[in-house]
Amino acid sequence: MIYSLCFILIAVGLYGVVVKKNVVKIVISVAIMEYGINLLLILIGYRQGGCAPILDKGMDLAAFTANSVDPLPQALVLTSIVISLGVLALLVSICIRLYERYGTFDITEMRKLRG
Amino acid sequence: MNLIPLFVAIPLGVAFIIPMVSRKLKWAPDLLGNLTLACLTVMAFMTIGQTGIYHMGGWQTPLGIDLRLDGLTTLMLIAINVIGLAATIFSVQYMTRYTSKLRYYSLFLFMVAGMNGVVLTGDMFNLYVFLEIAAISSYALVAFGCEHEELEASFKYAILGSVASGFILIGVALIYGITGTLNMAQMAVKLSAAGPSKPLILAFALFICGFGLKSALVPFHAWLPDAHPSAPAPVSAMLSGVVIKALGIYVLVRLIFNVFGVTENFLMILRWLGLLSMVLGVFLAIGQWDMKRLFAYHSISQIGYIVIGFGLGTPLGIVGALFHMLNHSVFKSLLFLNAGAVEYATGTRDLKRLGGLNKSMPVTANTSLVASMSIAGIPPLNGFWSKLIIVLACAESGHYWLALAAVFVSLMTLASFLKVQKYAFFESAKSTLKKVGEVPILMRIAMLILAVLCVVMSFLVLTGLRTPFLIDAASRVLTTGVFNFP
Repeated sequence: MIYSLCFILIAVGLYGVVVKKNVVKIVISVAIMEYGINLLLILIGYRQGGCAPILDKGMDLAAFTANSVDPLPQALVLTSIVISLGVLALLVSICIRLYERYGTFDITEMRKLRG
Repeated sequence: MNLIPLFVAIPLGVAFIIPMVSRKLKWAPDLLGNLTLACLTVMAFMTIGQTGIYHMGGWQTPLGIDLRLDGLTTLMLIAINVIGLAATIFSVQYMTRYTSKLRYYSLFLFMVAGMNGVVLTGDMFNLYVFLEIAAISSYALVAFGCEHEELEASFKYAILGSVASGFILIGVALIYGITGTLNMAQMAVKLSAAGPSKPLILAFALFICGFGLKSALVPFHAWLPDAHPSAPAPVSAMLSGVVIKALGIYVLVRLIFNVFGVTENFLMILRWLGLLSMVLGVFLAIGQWDMKRLFAYHSISQIGYIVIGFGLGTPLGIVGALFHMLNHSVFKSLLFLNAGAVEYATGTRDLKRLGGLNKSMPVTANTSLVASMSIAGIPPLNGFWSKLIIVLACAESGHYWLALAAVFVSLMTLASFLKVQKYAFFESAKSTLKKVGEVPILMRIAMLILAVLCVVMSFLVLTGLRTPFLIDAASRVLTTGVFNFP
């Protein structure tokens, strides 16, 4: 169930990328899609009622591994957030340059490339 | 001394050093960029025949990230770094037309580091990270001129590329959910034990879409004909020559043959995608008048050949596909460098406004003749042999209609390259082009290196039609299936 919500978020982003005409809105849609993916990654490591994956001194190792959520996807999400930040920065700077050149954010008016 | 991590570390390090030192030293970016690629090329040739595994940071296999070296990796490393070297030699004089050389070389080295990482890594998430390093720097390099077309193409490329990376990441997440590991070798073992399941099929579909977008197979090809012609010539050479192969085809093939395990359905999908790309690519190419755009559509078509070769799944098909991959990276980068040289000398790449360049630019004209004959499959050049192997493999495995299509597309390719040769180089010179001279010496050297490689690689086939040197080792990696490493 909760996975399907994730996929809905991704689908919303994908819809925005395909349908929207404004370049800034397209960039926002890409960001939404990436949030959906990050959420999915976290969910894959989640366990109902699990504890935080931090091993303290007094803890029993077997009980800890049985109860904690998977820490690996959390590490992956951190990396993936940094990567999407880089992509986002690049996309936004391309948008600014596009606006300088064309004087519009409308993608249908940027048609120097055809054929 | 272990060479494996250096393939990533050297270009990554130099990419950061270049902006630091070149405020004062104007010649530093050229020198450092070329030196790095020369060094990487030598290292790539040193890895021939070696295999090995490197644990990053000393962490052992299930915990840390592995870098693996095998025959296929060696083949890709040689392709990436040799083409990279030719492109940087070409850039020394070509890139003086653009503003900032230090940023150019920095981004270029990031791209090389990312691609070397992609072909070396044995870890799914690490693969995604390297893929993004290479992809982000290539988005920036496509936009390098900052004119209307460049920005528009780069925006398109960046959006589609991000969507593709998103698909790939979902795929990685799903596979991690199924197997609980990110190491490719362990993943392969667990997947073959678990058998097919619905999430696995979804993950596979996502990988096909993601890597199909990265390698511009036909339903996903929309960005390529814009992005590749808009980039500066050496970057187009890299993009068409190696980026679409290292980020797209290589990873797809590695995953299908070595991680998922081959099934007939996977192969059938590959064959259909390949057939579509091969036929549509060449039909779209033949009507183009922009030289670089024509070459870009041919990339789609030739990628189709490669994918068909892999899609046959027979040892001969794989040998043909790998051989064609290597050949295509050489002659397509040479063609893009030629187009760059023509643009550098005449200021246009519109075929209707060119003509008679074989008198005024003999080196460019002759090297482009070699490359054109090679891509069109004229014997005895390398393109002929690899296409022949693919056609033979099609016939051998009973796909006669695929073999026919491949021969037909080859003829169409010949036709469109006759058009390029006629309009750009042979026809009588236009009055506007009377004063055109040959391009500077380093650009000529870069083109000559690749042309000589085209000829030399034709002799690879002498080492055995079914077992050419280098390619044999690479194809064995794929045919042995799910990998088991020490």
